[in-house]
Amino acid sequence: MLYALIHSGLCALSADIISTVEFNYSGELLATGDKGGRVVIFQHEQESKNRPHLRGEYNVYSTFQSHEPEFDYLKSLEIEEKINKIRWLPQQNAAHFLLSTNDKTIKLWKISERDKRAEGYNLKDEDGRLRDPFRITSLRVPVLMPMDLMVEASPRRIFANAHTYHINSISVNSDHETYLSADDLRINLWHLEITDRSFNIVDIKPANMEELTEVITAAECHPHQCNVFVYSSSKGTIRLCDMRAAALCDRHSKFFEEPEDPSSRSFFSEIISSISDVKFSHSGRYMMTRDYLSVKVWDLNMENRPVETYQVHEYLRSKLCSLYENDCIFDKFECCWNGSDSAIMTGSYNNFFRMFDRNTRRDITLEASRESSKPRATLKPRKVSTGGKRKKDEISVDSLDFNKKILHTAWHPKDNVIAVAATNNLYIFQDKIN
Amino acid sequence: MFPKGTKRKFSDSGEEPVPSGDPGPVVSSAAAARTLSSSYSLQRQSLLDMSLIKLQLCHMLVEPNLCRSVLIANTVRQIQEEMTQDGTWQIMTQALAAAQCPADRLVATEVLCRQTDAAAQAGQSPKPFSVVGLEDGYRSEEAVMEGDVESEVNMSTLSPVSPQLTSASYLAGPFGMGPCWEEEEEECDEDEEEDSEECVSEGEDGDRDHLTADSRTGEQVFGTFEIKHPAPPPDPALEELFSDVDPSYYDLDTVLTGMQSAPKMGPYDLLESLSSHGPTALSSSSSCRSDLNELDHIMEIIVGS
Repeated sequence: MLYALIHSGLCALSADIISTVEFNYSGELLATGDKGGRVVIFQHEQESKNRPHLRGEYNVYSTFQSHEPEFDYLKSLEIEEKINKIRWLPQQNAAHFLLSTNDKTIKLWKISERDKRAEGYNLKDEDGRLRDPFRITSLRVPVLMPMDLMVEASPRRIFANAHTYHINSISVNSDHETYLSADDLRINLWHLEITDRSFNIVDIKPANMEELTEVITAAECHPHQCNVFVYSSSKGTIRLCDMRAAALCDRHSKFFEEPEDPSSRSFFSEIISSISDVKFSHSGRYMMTRDYLSVKVWDLNMENRPVETYQVHEYLRSKLCSLYENDCIFDKFECCWNGSDSAIMTGSYNNFFRMFDRNTRRDITLEASRESSKPRATLKPRKVSTGGKRKKDEISVDSLDFNKKILHTAWHPKDNVIAVAATNNLYIFQDKIN
Repeated sequence: MFPKGTKRKFSDSGEEPVPSGDPGPVVSSAAAARTLSSSYSLQRQSLLDMSLIKLQLCHMLVEPNLCRSVLIANTVRQIQEEMTQDGTWQIMTQALAAAQCPADRLVATEVLCRQTDAAAQAGQSPKPFSVVGLEDGYRSEEAVMEGDVESEVNMSTLSPVSPQLTSASYLAGPFGMGPCWEEEEEECDEDEEEDSEECVSEGEDGDRDHLTADSRTGEQVFGTFEIKHPAPPPDPALEELFSDVDPSYYDLDTVLTGMQSAPKMGPYDLLESLSSHGPTALSSSSSCRSDLNELDHIMEIIVGS
């Protein structure tokens, strides 16, 4: 299944570091959020007849400022406007809806198109000035005339003041009416229509904060069972909860943890076991977790170990101390499934990203960079040399640029099109047709 | 891999290092500390120092990352547990205690934290903490620190207060002031006001330095930053080192307006005591000075990055 990827030609430069990337349910729209609180939405253009080898490109559809920096006067702290997550709602009418969140506040945005304008008002002129009533001698019916397409984004709901700690995840439920939001210690369940209250469904805050040793790192709703959700922790565990069991889901229904390998134990074992992302497969039968060095696929029916483990950059294991020193060990990488759940993708350093084919067990390392990505050029597989002798075209571990990290990637829900965020550049790659 | 100019202090192996061939004599269980290879011991100590710096150096303007702090604190706890088992922990704390001012000036964090306002106000002049944040959660407290550098050191604070208060307990909770955070808003307001007043008056006292430690972690991990009257005869060498520090720099207002760079005092104080210890004797203040250059270097890197 591993295919050759070509650069689709889109390499969008954002003013700020991109902090989240998400395709909508059809894949027609791709949303990115950045550190400056802005959301940029790209739309897939239909294939053009004169360029049939391409699936069509993504062009900017809408840009808006979702969150502004705030100041918490009570704590004398700034609240960053950085968009932590964007999640699309399933489309129900002509408009598109998405949820975007920063550390504290979630907003529901409506993105709608306007391509018609009413003309022929009775009481005002074309330029909006009020007409002199005495001049009006006849009545007319305003007519809708076509106009240049305008895409408007308006905030429809603001869900605020429900999180004391930093929100790390939001997830729309399969009932399309509710969604959950998770911070370091709590998870809340919201109704999309109700902004002034939410249900707290998980609370792991200890009575004495001095006893805090574990935080929530990610949470997601099951894609089909609206009563099931999972959340991961900084200790490398995943808890699956059933909302039918109790109002407060502090007791899990399933507990996923892989026993530690005693031979590789070090002071960094816990840190690298911390799960940075958890994603259900589209089928709902599996889930995938990302920790610092690996990606694991879990069968929901088996709690004691994952069914598949993929090493992302095992060569970093001997560098953990340095990575701890420069804080890279705390980087939170995300992971994603392809539409058919046959492949998974995650990012690494040096603008590398990795894709794993679950069926053939083959993997590939690719680089998202301007230098190596000319439009329509096929991406060349990259390799990091781990042994002593470095082959030609390989890059040694010490030459890796740890400032160039790919934390956010997204896979089109149906096609083989991927979006990769490299700092403040967004790359879109697709597979070669024919 | 490293920012330019970083000096590697030890090998990068993050795994349990094989004890290097230490040609020491066969040791009994009583001398368990010596069985550890010195390089492993150094590495571990270095890691501990690094972790403590990380906990202390948190950005003041934006709320720090709780996950990161929890992971670092757990690492510190892990190291400390291992050192306790080795016996090196006790040696270190004893060595530090020996070199320090009268222990009765030092009070453990939890003890102070558990005290009601009445007790805290009772006699101990400056309250050690001002609760800047009012909600439960993580906000830096201001910890008032003695001008005499040696004294603040963290680890040793345990011994005087309560020998039973093991390292585990004082490292137990870096997150928040425990009971204090659960108090009513009004109480916290009072605390804060009281502290501000004290801080203002203290500002004039040259012996006092205020250290802003990041809430939980800085606080608990270091045990405590005491402050009591009056300073014992200060070490002349250290006095000289810190003579140009303006104590008012660290008062509450400065903290609240957001200090971009971490106070250079704090980490130095901390590092000075940490970096040179081990089973061997504490270095004298003169050798601390040579360490300071290195620490300076590290500080630049950490703050710069």
